[in-house]
Amino acid sequence: MTATRTVEVAISHQGLEPEMAGENMLINIGPQHPATHGVLRLVLELDGETVVRCIPHVGYLHCGFEKIGEYRQYNQIIPWTDREDYLNSMGNNVAFVLGAERLFGIEITERCTVLRVIAMELSRIISHLVWMGTTCIDIGAFTPFLWSFQERENVYKLLEGWTGARLTTSGTRVGGMIADVPEGWVEGLRGFLDRFPKTLDECDRMLTRNAIWVGRTVGLGVMSPQEALNYGLSGPMLRASGVDYDVRKDFPYLDYETYDFEVPVGTNGDVYDRYLVRTEELRQSVRILEQALKRLPDGPVNVDDPRVILPPKHKATSEMESMIHHFKLVMEGPRPPIGEVYVPIESPKGEKGYYFVSDGTSKPVRWRIRPPSYVNLSAIPKMVEGHLLSDVIAINASIDIVMGEIDR
Amino acid sequence: MSSPVRKDPAAPAFAIVNAGQPGDRPATPKKVPHKGGAANPSVEALRAKFGSVIGRHEVMWGDTTVFVERTKVAEVCAWLQSDPTQSYEYLSDVTAVEYRDHVRPIEVVWHIRSIKFRRFLRIKCEIPKDGKTPLEVPSVWPVWKGADWLERECYDMFGIKFAGHPDLRRILLWEDFKEGFPLRKDFPMRGRFSRSEQLKNALAADPEARYSMEEISIADAYGDLPLDMRKRLAGGEKVGE
Repeated sequence: MTATRTVEVAISHQGLEPEMAGENMLINIGPQHPATHGVLRLVLELDGETVVRCIPHVGYLHCGFEKIGEYRQYNQIIPWTDREDYLNSMGNNVAFVLGAERLFGIEITERCTVLRVIAMELSRIISHLVWMGTTCIDIGAFTPFLWSFQERENVYKLLEGWTGARLTTSGTRVGGMIADVPEGWVEGLRGFLDRFPKTLDECDRMLTRNAIWVGRTVGLGVMSPQEALNYGLSGPMLRASGVDYDVRKDFPYLDYETYDFEVPVGTNGDVYDRYLVRTEELRQSVRILEQALKRLPDGPVNVDDPRVILPPKHKATSEMESMIHHFKLVMEGPRPPIGEVYVPIESPKGEKGYYFVSDGTSKPVRWRIRPPSYVNLSAIPKMVEGHLLSDVIAINASIDIVMGEIDR
Repeated sequence: MSSPVRKDPAAPAFAIVNAGQPGDRPATPKKVPHKGGAANPSVEALRAKFGSVIGRHEVMWGDTTVFVERTKVAEVCAWLQSDPTQSYEYLSDVTAVEYRDHVRPIEVVWHIRSIKFRRFLRIKCEIPKDGKTPLEVPSVWPVWKGADWLERECYDMFGIKFAGHPDLRRILLWEDFKEGFPLRKDFPMRGRFSRSEQLKNALAADPEARYSMEEISIADAYGDLPLDMRKRLAGGEKVGE
């Protein structure tokens, strides 16, 4: 009996590919590849079509933001924050000034608080829509990409009306905003909020029960709750794994605790759950925006604090004191007290925080970005291990990386 | 593949939690004092457990910073993560600070977070710039796997070595970057090399040298490599400094 079995095995092995066993192939994806969402390079060791090992390479976009920040005044750093996670530029602007204001000891006005919530949730919508569109393209669905990018364009039009720029908004200043929203803007946002859930429902119908979509996403890149925490994942990546942690709820800022919204939490921690969590977050963002519009109070946007806020232009050109004040603020810059502060926010990618260390001069000693997609991406070797090469693309897309933020 | 597959993909896959419990959640901090305020209770617990390993602590803008002896950081972190009364299960950030001061020590900073108790703690250790103390701290990678890239970045930017890290290579800069560590204060903003030197180095680099040392050892393709990489490999080079 034993002999027969041995012979059978030998024959079948011979009949397959005798020399192929045990020889792994090394292949390279990126850095110039549309499916890597920027200049990410993955070196994959493949056994047949199965990933044995993945070595990511990042840094192709590194431009030393943190170093540059040490040579700039606080307000001058804000344009850099647009350019790291460029899908969440308004959110980064707000996150930056929240940290800087804590460092200066400034309490912002009520109108400014609500406007900033609006800014953050709009950029969350942009970021999640881009995520949805590009992931659809990666997996092979073209239509939701067009729908989501069309809605994203509507949000960009709103942001352009407010700040003058679509992508690189630089919309905040320490102590306030670059400007109040223009006339008619609130109505524009209301119109968007009326239309947008319909588009979302359409995308939902295209994807959520779509057999191909489900087949390409379920069971991929699974992270257990313990693993997800241990690998430092945050945002939708962490919540899809079943960990209920949202900075807006757990370490609130901008009065988020007074808004009525819910935090979607997944159960399986796979690509499909990440999709569900992000879609639900879009709906919750709409809810937050509706409440914010309802409560948007009148009043000034900027704080009345001459340490950081420039005098009005007409005074700066007509009064000597105001002109000196203007000159000193622009040339020397506001000086925070000695200290350090780390203020995290819930960016669309996860926990983003800016860590400032001040030595009392107008430029920070250290300006550190805590990049959520950098930490999320560091778990990709773990997530793709044992999956097929084609699934690497889906898993990579589900992380929602922005290379500008990863490389900084 | 051992990944669990959902049985019924049409069933609602996620739960909505925290609905309608606004009172249960913390509120936005207002009028945070610059110095003083209640310290994180973990500091007292650390003192009771580790004694003199724990240095001074301070509360600034609402966050507690605790100084820990340089060589004991990993031990302290492992306890903070595993002890059920502390439960710091999340590592937010690892970074370092160098002051514009020739005497003040370099600080390595860990931002850790307990999601269970909603606590935030900043752990610091000081490395004096006396030229004798090695720029080295223990790695917290065995405690939190998320420390992997954060420590690599910190090494890349400051040159701080993390003892016990499995793969401490440069990450944002390329492997044979020779100019030093950019976030150190003695590193000039425009880089150490002149533009012509940088150009010369760029032109001298072999664009065919695409794989890192580690990947080459996997691929076992030594014979196919360009000559300069073979030379570097033969020299046993692992990290470009």
